[in-house]
Amino acid sequence: MNESVRKWADTFLPPAALCAMSAAIYLVFEYVPTAQGEGVVQRIFYFHVPIATMTYVAFGVVAVASAMFLWRGTLGWDRIAHASAEIGMLFCSLVLITGMMWARPRWNTWWTWDARLTTTLILWLIYAGYLMLRGSVGPTDQGARYAAILGIVGAVDIPIINRSVYWWRTIHPAVIVGREGTSGLTDPRMQVTLAVCFVAMILLYLWLLVVRLDGMRLRDRVEELRQRALREASALGTAA
Amino acid sequence: MLALIRKDLQIELRTKEALASLLLLALLMLVVLSFAFDPTSALRSESAPGALWVAVTFAGVSALNRSFVAERENDCLQGLLLCPVDRGTIYLAKTIANFLFMMAAQLVTVPIFVFFFNLPLSWGLVGVVASLGLGVFGLSAVGTLFAAVSVRTRAREIMLPLLLLPLIVPVFIAGVKVTARALADKPLADVAHWLHLMIGFDVVFLVVGWLVFEYAVEE
Amino acid sequence: MDNLNFLFAAYTAVWVLLFLYIHILARRNRSLEKDIEELRALLERRARER
Repeated sequence: MNESVRKWADTFLPPAALCAMSAAIYLVFEYVPTAQGEGVVQRIFYFHVPIATMTYVAFGVVAVASAMFLWRGTLGWDRIAHASAEIGMLFCSLVLITGMMWARPRWNTWWTWDARLTTTLILWLIYAGYLMLRGSVGPTDQGARYAAILGIVGAVDIPIINRSVYWWRTIHPAVIVGREGTSGLTDPRMQVTLAVCFVAMILLYLWLLVVRLDGMRLRDRVEELRQRALREASALGTAA
Repeated sequence: MLALIRKDLQIELRTKEALASLLLLALLMLVVLSFAFDPTSALRSESAPGALWVAVTFAGVSALNRSFVAERENDCLQGLLLCPVDRGTIYLAKTIANFLFMMAAQLVTVPIFVFFFNLPLSWGLVGVVASLGLGVFGLSAVGTLFAAVSVRTRAREIMLPLLLLPLIVPVFIAGVKVTARALADKPLADVAHWLHLMIGFDVVFLVVGWLVFEYAVEE
Repeated sequence: MDNLNFLFAAYTAVWVLLFLYIHILARRNRSLEKDIEELRALLERRARER
């Protein structure tokens, strides 16, 4: 990431994310009316949906960055993939938790094996595998390549997994996965709230991404300096 | 490429131990799963397809693990990479070898499965073997790729199932569905979409693996 | 009201997890910056000794 991008991100993103988040919370708790017949719990939806979308977007980023890394070889792409995977994992966990919090009072069950929830669970497992792989190999080039392979294979697999889980739950295979659950958001206030929440989550994701990438950049720099120190120490050693 | 396949198979079959241990593992899994379900209940025959696929999957993962452990221990992989062979070809050869190896194990596993779960000997079993073929191929395609990766990580044996199991969910579900259908002696045309899914899965991941394998074995 | 409890739990979970993650990142970043400072000082000292 070059200097100007980073500077823009550092000055703009934190306050923007904070504003959007605050606005989102206000809208969700004060502004938007309670959905008919659903009760207060339905408000979880306004966070749940954007976070879910960002989970999949984050994995898309992992996949694209992985492919770019394998193709181009520049380490920057690998760092993006890794950072996005961490944040994606966080968001995925949140989706599953908020989903359960919503499902329990609504349908009186903690977990339904419906298509989207199950696919998200598998995605969580793939995320977990990715991070475990990273942890098990360390920050080497080879490790980055392995993770990139998983990123790409995982991304290719997700649509297939989604299709298979959907068929698993229905007797007759419909054409394509339907858009159930986006119950008619009739009230424009609900639409506004949802939109603001989307913006807030996107900004949050970007901000976390930048912070994490910064951390990685620092770690790389530390490694670099450490290597230099070692080399100079051994050079002094042989000279003396 | 045929030479490579032959080489892998010869190594596996010369030490009958590999095949034997794979068989034994699948067998043990079937036994344990039999204990999981009360033999008298109707639930038993309904759980049969699932039990078969669990046994096949877990035994398969072990087999895949082994297929690269030997290479690593003797640095065979280095030697292989020195040959002027396209990396993708090495991948294909290994995948096919693993597939044949696992299918060989099915020759014994399926009959045992039929006996343990009291299933009638019918033409449906052909469908079962067919579904196993498709599924095991997909397992091998993705598994060979990730076995190469896992064997060089610190958490060696645990890494492969960790990575592989979420990825092969589609073929697992499809396999169970087709097997269930076949055992019920109903026409397979009804589950055509599952078969298409398995074939699609196999093709897609064979291609992806072929493209990407070189990154898995680079030093 | 039971519903409200779940709503509260959901949002609390979101905030707690986000906060934990950011906290971990911040702590890591701070320790990394400390490492950089130490290494830089070390290198400067070496350069001066030579």
